[in-house]
Amino acid sequence: MQKRYGALRALAGVSLEVEEGEFFGLLGPNGAGKTTLINVIAGLARADSGVARVMGADVRTDYRRARRMLGVVPQELVFDPFFTVRETLRLQSGYYGLRANDAWIDEVMHHLDLTAKADANMRSLSGGMKRRVLVAQALVHKPPVIVLDEPTAGVDVELRQGLWQFVRRMNREGHSIVLTTHYLEEAETHCSRIAMLKEGRIVALDTTRNLLGSFSGLELRVHLERDSLPAGVPGRVLVADGGQFRLRLANPLELEAALARLREAGATIREMEVHPPDLEEVFLRLTGRAS
Amino acid sequence: MTRFATLWHKELLRFFKVSVQTVAAPVLTALLYLVIFGHALEGRLQVYEGVRYTSFLVPGLVMMSVLQNAFANSSSSLIQSKITGNIVFVLLAPVSYLEFFAAYVLAAVVRGVVVGAGVLLVTVWFVQLRLEAPVWVLAFALLGAALLGALGLIAGVLSDKIDQLAAFQNFVILPLTFLSGVFYSIHSLPPFWQRLSHANPFFYMVDGFRYGFFGVSDFPPLASLAIVAAFLLVVSFANLALLKSGYKLRS
Repeated sequence: MQKRYGALRALAGVSLEVEEGEFFGLLGPNGAGKTTLINVIAGLARADSGVARVMGADVRTDYRRARRMLGVVPQELVFDPFFTVRETLRLQSGYYGLRANDAWIDEVMHHLDLTAKADANMRSLSGGMKRRVLVAQALVHKPPVIVLDEPTAGVDVELRQGLWQFVRRMNREGHSIVLTTHYLEEAETHCSRIAMLKEGRIVALDTTRNLLGSFSGLELRVHLERDSLPAGVPGRVLVADGGQFRLRLANPLELEAALARLREAGATIREMEVHPPDLEEVFLRLTGRAS
Repeated sequence: MTRFATLWHKELLRFFKVSVQTVAAPVLTALLYLVIFGHALEGRLQVYEGVRYTSFLVPGLVMMSVLQNAFANSSSSLIQSKITGNIVFVLLAPVSYLEFFAAYVLAAVVRGVVVGAGVLLVTVWFVQLRLEAPVWVLAFALLGAALLGALGLIAGVLSDKIDQLAAFQNFVILPLTFLSGVFYSIHSLPPFWQRLSHANPFFYMVDGFRYGFFGVSDFPPLASLAIVAAFLLVVSFANLALLKSGYKLRS
């Protein structure tokens, strides 16, 4: 799929498939093309070339079916100030052709802790509450595919927890989830597979486990009583500052060798930390910003 | 049908919820026009035989309110939704451009007719009015409101900012309504301006609408109706093409 905005290449040939029932992460820095990709899938933007399909339905030629299959939680905190929460959800149901949807609306409001605010005007809600309504709006038609575009940006911790619980439940019940985020911990915690985007291209597409395993190693941080690192310690020195060293090691075997070498050389360790691989590392390396 | 009905219902709720601004205010404006122009010109201007100036003025004011409010409804609703971003709720849903068009235009028709009826209800207390051919009144009100609702939708799609919409309103809609014969008969104009008035679609709407009240008009009412219908058809097709293209709505 390709998409340009004037001189800007928002999508420079992206091709990917999300499996049914998957919890899929779309990662990348601002301007990587995540939202553009989602907008094309949601029909908010049109690709210059390529096709997008939701559960087999082409988003342009079969847009009605495609949109019924898809629930999108937009990134911006948008709302219609004329309506209450319940009115908003009833209207949204109507846009999907659903008339008597109150039972499901009540259930969604219950799970998102919105019941007490059902008759409150949208204007009077806090940012976090408005975000919950956006999630509820995306779910009124029980879409098999749910897209969350930066759902936790500017959301307090409590809501974040509640939101993830709810989204994971939807996922367990068989809904496919596509999440865009630049909070790498979120993707690491929830997503089973991840695509990393940079400048409109996919730079990595793999399971979260593989990404963490193949791209990243361990980081050993030691504080020694001496100022220099003994010769023959394996790994790559990332930082050497007085007696403090940060070493990049490929795997636990190298860690063992490094510690053995330090002991052999008689270096006394004052403090030591071992950091497991994280997506941040993978991400920085892939986007060429690693130290 | 549910999709169209929901969007239509939403558009109606939107203006009913703020009816002081969307209905009461324009009724008051029209009443002020009647008081000022009626007072200043009553007895000095005789347009039709046996019709007092204030009586002549009322249908013009009613139609002007219908047209301006129909335009204001679709255009301001759409631009507000675009600026606040909540248009996305409709764009994400499987609402077709035809349903979108019909909902916005029909809501504009309701707003125009409600305001027009309000102006009429308030003014008949002060002015004696005949009602010779009510079908014409209704036909011109509905077609005129639909035409202006459709124009408002185009203006709403094309504008990115409130200022641009205001420019459209101030430089196109307002002059065309004021120069349409709301306050005078075009027969009282010099020949050049008479001819120019015939190029103004608003003239046919006001003139035909007035025919329904007095049974007299500057232009044959059936021809006026045909002209208004033709304009409505052209503007509707332009609208549908614009909406289908997704211009300024889907990037």
